[in-house]
Parts: sequence; C-alpha cells; structure tokens
Amino acid sequence: MKEATGIKEIIKPENLAYARTEVMLNNTLSYCPGCGHGTTHRILAELIDELGLQSKTIGVSPVGCSVLMYHYLDVDIQQAAHGRAPAVATAIKRLLPDRFVFTYQGDGDLAAIGTSETIHACNRGENILIVFINNGIYGMTGGQMAPTTIPGMKSSTSPQGRDVHSMGNPLKMTDIVATLAGTYYVTRQSVHTPANVRKTKKALRKAIEYQKLNKGTCFVEIVSNCPSGWKMTPVDSNKWMEENMFPYYPLGDLKTPSEQAEK
Amino acid sequence: MERELRLMKGNEAVAEAAIRAGVDGYFGYPITPQSEILEYLMEANPYERTGMVVLQAESEVAAINMVYGGAGCGKKVMTSSSSPGISLKQEGISYIAGAELPCLIVNVARGGPGLGTIQPAQADYFQSVKGGGHGDYHLIVLAPASVQEMADFVELGFELAFKYRNPALILSDGAIGQMMEKVYLNPQKPRSSESPDWATTGKGSREDRNIITSLDLDPDGQEQFNHKLIEKYAEIEKNEVRYEEFHCDDAEYLLVAYGTSARVCQKSVQIAREHGIKLGLLRPVTLFPFPKKRIAEISSRVKGILSVEMSSGQMVEDVQLAVNGRVPVMHFGRMGGIVTTPDEVVEQVKILFLGGK
Repeated sequence: MKEATGIKEIIKPENLAYARTEVMLNNTLSYCPGCGHGTTHRILAELIDELGLQSKTIGVSPVGCSVLMYHYLDVDIQQAAHGRAPAVATAIKRLLPDRFVFTYQGDGDLAAIGTSETIHACNRGENILIVFINNGIYGMTGGQMAPTTIPGMKSSTSPQGRDVHSMGNPLKMTDIVATLAGTYYVTRQSVHTPANVRKTKKALRKAIEYQKLNKGTCFVEIVSNCPSGWKMTPVDSNKWMEENMFPYYPLGDLKTPSEQAEK
Repeated sequence: MERELRLMKGNEAVAEAAIRAGVDGYFGYPITPQSEILEYLMEANPYERTGMVVLQAESEVAAINMVYGGAGCGKKVMTSSSSPGISLKQEGISYIAGAELPCLIVNVARGGPGLGTIQPAQADYFQSVKGGGHGDYHLIVLAPASVQEMADFVELGFELAFKYRNPALILSDGAIGQMMEKVYLNPQKPRSSESPDWATTGKGSREDRNIITSLDLDPDGQEQFNHKLIEKYAEIEKNEVRYEEFHCDDAEYLLVAYGTSARVCQKSVQIAREHGIKLGLLRPVTLFPFPKKRIAEISSRVKGILSVEMSSGQMVEDVQLAVNGRVPVMHFGRMGGIVTTPDEVVEQVKILFLGGK
C-alpha cells in the first residue's frame, strides 16, 4: 500500500517531464505502433507551439495514412484530394500570405499521383513547407508498391520484389526538387532514433522559420518505416530501413540557403 | 454609381466582372475557347486594382484544387475552362461539393466527346446538372444567353454559392464566350475583409480549429451528411429557380432552350408566329434547379414541346420528367459545333407537330 501511494506521488502533473504538447490533441492516433508518422506529428506540434504559430497555421493533409491529421493537430487543416496538397496550399498561402502553411504528404501522394503538383509548386517557389514522409510503400491501402519502393523490395503489388525492368525505378523526388530554382531549403531526415528526432526537429524548425523570409519552398523528406506494410516488427523495420533505405535515400541536406548565397 | 457600358467578348466580360465583383482569386489553365478569361485577367493587373490573385496553374487539376484551397479559406475564388478541361476538374469539384465550399466555375463549352471541336456546343448538360464527378451532389448551374449575363452571373454565382455553401457553375458555350456585345458593368466592389466562421484562416482566437474535409469513415455520419445535402438541394430548388418566358401565354407549342439555343429559338418564335403558328419559348436560366414546375404548368395547355439543344438530347430528359407524359416532348439539336438556325427549328416544329405543314 505504501508503495502504491509512492507511485501516485511521483505521477503528479508537476513531476511530468515529458508532457503532451498543447498543439497535439488528446485523440488516439490511427497510426500503427512503431510508425514514424506519430513522431513526426509530435515534432510538428512541438514546433508550432514553441514558435507561437498555432493561431496562424493552416495545414493540408491529402489522402494517405495522414489523411486524418486534423484529428491530431489542434490547428486549422484542410483535407485535400490525393496528390493535390501543394496546389491547395499554393492558393491558401497566396490568399493568406502571413499564415504558416504546410502540407504533409506520403510518398504515393507526393511522388506518384501528385508528381505534377509537387514539382510545379516547388518550381514556382511557393512559400510553403512540404513535409514528405517516405516509407517506400502505400500504407493506408494495405502495402502496395510506391514510386519510392526500392529495387527488390516486396510489396503486395510487387510480391516477388520490385523488378526495375518491368516496374520502373524508384523516384528520388527530393533530389529532383533540390534542382529547382524555386526551392530554398531541401533536406532528408529520419525519426527512428532520439538523435535523428533531434536532427529532424532542427531541420523542421529551420524550414518553418524560413517561411517568414518568403524565399521559396522548403521541402523536408523524412525516410520512415512502415512496420505493417513491410510486415516487420518496429525494431526490425528500423534496422531494415537503415540497411536498405538509407543507402538509396541518404540522410542530410540537399540544398541549404548558404549554398544558394554562395552561387 | 452608374454601370459602365463596354463592348466586350463574353470571356472578357466574365474576367472584368470578376475583378469588379471583388473576387479574391482566379486559378486557370489555357484552353480554347475560353483562354481570353485568363489572358484578360493577366493583362488587367487585378492585383494592383483590388489585390485579386490570378495564377496560371500547371493543369486543370491543379487549378480546381487551388480553388478548393482558396474556397476553404472562405475566399471568393473561381476557375474557368472548356469541356475537356472541365472533365479534368470533376474530381476536385466533387471534393468541393463534399466539403461544402462556395466557389464559381465557368465552362465555356465546346463539342465532344474527347478532344471534339473548339466550336460551341451544349453537350455538357448532363455533366453540369447530374453531378459530373463521383458521389451524390449538385452544382448550382446558371446558363447565360448573352454577354451581359456572362458578366451578371459572376456576381449571382458567388451570391448563391456563399448563400448555400455550394459550388456554382456558369454553363456557357463557345459562341457566348467569343461573341462581342454591349455589356453594362457594375462599379468596383471592394474585396471582403471578413471570413465566414467555418473558414480555415488559422485558428486565431477561436476556441476550436476549423477543418475542411469531405471524409467521414462512419457510415451513419456519411449518410447523415448526404441527407443534409439533399435538404440543401431541396431548399435551392424551392428558392432559386430562374427562367424567362417568351410568348408563352397563348402558345400552342412550346420550345424549351437555354443559352445560345434560346437566342436562336427566340427568333424561331417570331418566324413561326409570322406563319400563324402559336409558338412560345421557355428559357431555363438555372439548369439546376430546373424550372420543372413551370414547364409542367405550361404543358397542361400546349399540344407539344420541343427541347432545342446543341447536343444529341440531354436537357430533353428533364423536360420529359417535368411533363410526365402529358404531351409529346421531342428533341432537336445540331452537334459538332454547329449552331442551330431559327428556320431549322421552325421546320422541326412543323415536321414533328403539324404534319410537315
């Protein structure tokens, strides 16, 4: 009995070192255990909170696992059609230029059906942040091959592994948008270890702050796991990601403002 | 203030009327025969005049989704295109209807199917009034018959769109878009600085966040929403039916035609009456809501009705539903970009209803 009272003493709110960020709503996430979406949401929520942007933020979540983002983040959000978030965000930002506008898109959304919208928004240099979750698979529809599925990788529509001769090669959209004049900051990160979470938070903080400069599109890819789609445990999926995804999608900055200043 | 008199193309009138109506944003993509709308707007510097945003999108698909984004912010936003481009927009239009967003879409229609022709046609009636995209929804559809109405319906379209939180469509055609007529333009209205309470403008000081979505994974929730839409459409049908009658009072035979065809039919009525045929014309101004009640009333005192459309016969189905078998309802139309002549229509009336005499 004494011990129980002791625990109650310890879990008092004032002793809570890691509390829920205010911008993160108290709804149960629909994401699978171990998936990177929840961590990325948390980082975004923390940053919106820390940078005092909650009242000025408009997010856009298109079709995909994150289509229900509006259940989790306490900011104004538009749910968009599959692939069209950059077009939706273009109009929002142009009509409300002093708001913080971001899209949150998966690889099927951004790199397949929304290739055109992604490239043209980046090429026009729309002052928006594009958060790109790349887990190499269509998660929500049950694990089909994505444009980013790496060679040999198995999915429900490439059950023998992706054969690049008949199914095409994975598309490195982040590398493509880094070559466009309209992008200002392009980086590739991950959220699978505490160290990487800190790096991603730093990158996203920069990307959010750059939006105030009106210098162009900021594009943050997060290479993520999909334990359910990959049919692995979260721990195994992270190991697989490090060994197989990172060589194909190396982490780090692809385009930074200082490089552009030098040019 | 007085209205300004100008000589303009229908397309130009839409563009100028949009600036003057205080529209916040236009998002378009070139396609014949409506490219003058985007060209005029780019030339007219609306950003300098009112702060109106004009953007040439990378596709029709992107343009309609820009409209979704802007409309979700509570702004007065619009797009325009012609038939093939309007087909590309249908997914976005369905999302806009599903998210209950007000906006204006202009279709300067051409002949089809497929790439078809760049000449005027009225073959997009089904697409405009029966849904067009997926799911249960309706647009508010206005059918201008003059350059003046091209201008006037911009303001009317937005008024109705915001009143009902529903997308409105101007269904015009290449003839009305391209022809020049005199048009009285309204004085400049300021753009609105207020946002509707549902709009995503950033949470500001609001207690609750605003969400724009058409998604409901709960079947009961989705069905309830469908019922809400049905009620809204019933309300629109009750309040917003617009039509024009021409010599209907003593008519023995009735023409039903909209847009360009209605202008042709007006002349047909005159010609027929010179020949002693008591012909009348009912011109639906709103295609949804359709003036079915009025057509039913008139059908009780005429001997036959001819629906005249530049199509293979689309609106005729709605006329038949309204008439419900009381009198014969026939269709006459030219296609492929060919505009019916007044004499052809009179000829058809004689053949179909008067034994060729």
